[in-house]
Amino acid sequence: MRKIQGTGVSAGVAIGTIHVLESGDGSVERRVVADPAAEVQRFRAARDTAIVELGKLRDKTAAELGEGKAELFDAHRLMLKDPDYVESIEGMITTSSVNAEFAVNGTAEQFAAMFAAMDDSYMQARAADVRDVSKRVIRILGGHDTADQNPDGPHIIAADDLTPSETVQLDRSKVLGFVTAKGSANSHTAILARTMGLPAVIGLGNDFDPEDDGKMAIVDGSAGLVLVDPDQESLKSYQAKKKGYEDHLRLLQELKGKPTQTKEGQTVRLYSNIGRPSDVTSVLANDAEGIGLYRSEFLYLESEDFPTEDAQFEAYKKVVQKMGDRLVIIRTLDIGADKQVGYFNLKHEDNPALGYRAIRICLTQPEIFKVQLRALYRASAYGNIAIMLPMITSVQEVRDAKKIIEEVKAELRDENIPFNADINVGIMVETPASVVMAPELAKEVDFFSIGTNDLTQYTLACDRQNPNLSRFADPHSPAVLRMIKMTVDAAHAAGIWCGICGELGADLSLTETFLEYGLDELSVSPTSVLPLREAIRER
Amino acid sequence: MATSFTFTITDPEGMHARPAGKVVEKAQSYQSAITLTVGDKTVDAKRIFGVMGLGAKCGDAITVAIDGEDETAAAAEFEAFLKENL
Repeated sequence: MRKIQGTGVSAGVAIGTIHVLESGDGSVERRVVADPAAEVQRFRAARDTAIVELGKLRDKTAAELGEGKAELFDAHRLMLKDPDYVESIEGMITTSSVNAEFAVNGTAEQFAAMFAAMDDSYMQARAADVRDVSKRVIRILGGHDTADQNPDGPHIIAADDLTPSETVQLDRSKVLGFVTAKGSANSHTAILARTMGLPAVIGLGNDFDPEDDGKMAIVDGSAGLVLVDPDQESLKSYQAKKKGYEDHLRLLQELKGKPTQTKEGQTVRLYSNIGRPSDVTSVLANDAEGIGLYRSEFLYLESEDFPTEDAQFEAYKKVVQKMGDRLVIIRTLDIGADKQVGYFNLKHEDNPALGYRAIRICLTQPEIFKVQLRALYRASAYGNIAIMLPMITSVQEVRDAKKIIEEVKAELRDENIPFNADINVGIMVETPASVVMAPELAKEVDFFSIGTNDLTQYTLACDRQNPNLSRFADPHSPAVLRMIKMTVDAAHAAGIWCGICGELGADLSLTETFLEYGLDELSVSPTSVLPLREAIRER
Repeated sequence: MATSFTFTITDPEGMHARPAGKVVEKAQSYQSAITLTVGDKTVDAKRIFGVMGLGAKCGDAITVAIDGEDETAAAAEFEAFLKENL
């Protein structure tokens, strides 16, 4: 048995025979041609064939994997039509009298080098797209038909690297999983494997051996492991693991669209936490009933200056539109000295957790807060939004924030900008002060959401970042649980709802306790939604 | 006189292959010449390698200049298209 460690990019287990795909790149021969004009014609004919092939591939992909994935091949067709690309190839053929294959390969490498030099991993991955389309033209020039390399039985595809077009041409009913020597987590192979729900391990490097063709192997996409010629013991344990994984997936699929309700009829709203607009895909795939915490910090952390009102508005609008009528709770700016952003010019603090952060920045520098509030209220015209204020410790802070909110509403009204004036405003309950003051705070706001990570840190006086404190920083501590119960009771006494948006919400060992406390909502990471729904439905 | 406007990318992945392809196809549907500028780099919006080569990221401001007979109609439509797709 040979054990190879790579990088797992798509979860799951595959057990089967390895089928090594020939890498079609090889070296391209340079020849001098007698008639460059005829060679240009030969290139144009091959290019036109390639464009037709890509059109068919596009339709096949649209039918099997959806329109979104198919659009990549529209981009590929445009590359073959790009005048810069075509002129470079035809120029090489004409001026150097070289064969078309050599000119295509040379041009592909030139364009690929341009992308590879960019300081952005996503753009660097585009080098693969240029090589992919060029390989297709070279193959057609060589007189080969679409490479049909699909063997008969089910198999694990192994290759040096897989181009996107090679990936979608595979007969999906027979592919069990993917293994490649190269590749990146952002590569199309990785993305497609995840869409197909097949395990994939990339980056095997020199441990990848084409001689393994036909051998038995196990691919563990979660651990990034490949076992070639596995022993009986490994086979047995992986068969069990595979079955467990598949049962789990099937169960989860069965729970999609089902209400989150206990056997006795107690209902809990199951929402998701997200950090970026692109996370919405996962929220919807896991059937979350809303977004309980949209961390707006990413907009600030990823830009080099204060994000403009328009940029924020577009980001919020995109999310609420995708979520339809499901609620999206957006937390206002939660930045502090521990999440450094250069342009905020925050001074170094010895104890940033207790420092100038979140609502404290917003109330001290309302000009920053107002830009975000304007963007949020403008987005409220496009979906179901609620606003959540972090790090609240007093009733006065809430009143001050609401005063700024009223100013923003008045501005928008004067400017005739549409917005929903009645969206709910709630607070994060994450400081002991807000728990103690919860009965008073509940009269000021529409909802509470308990941030258990910070509430644990502040209640137990344990720095979240300090690994030596793990034995003391126990979120199951009765002190933290009592804080949660006090908050829920205060909310219900005032007639508002109360949820949890910290990691504790997904802790299945506490689900029963939270149901007893009567929490109305739990907001967890998208992948925790269905396991939690299963646990609640079994109570 | 060319029409121009500025647009900020909000797609977290920036100008990657798929949106670049859509932008180029849309640009090709107009008669007017269209250029995109980010920083000191200006490219032809009808050429995909140029558009991808901009390396425009989330948060980058792109200046779009449209010059030709259908520029006024194109500008409004193209701006809405960019907002929708990026």
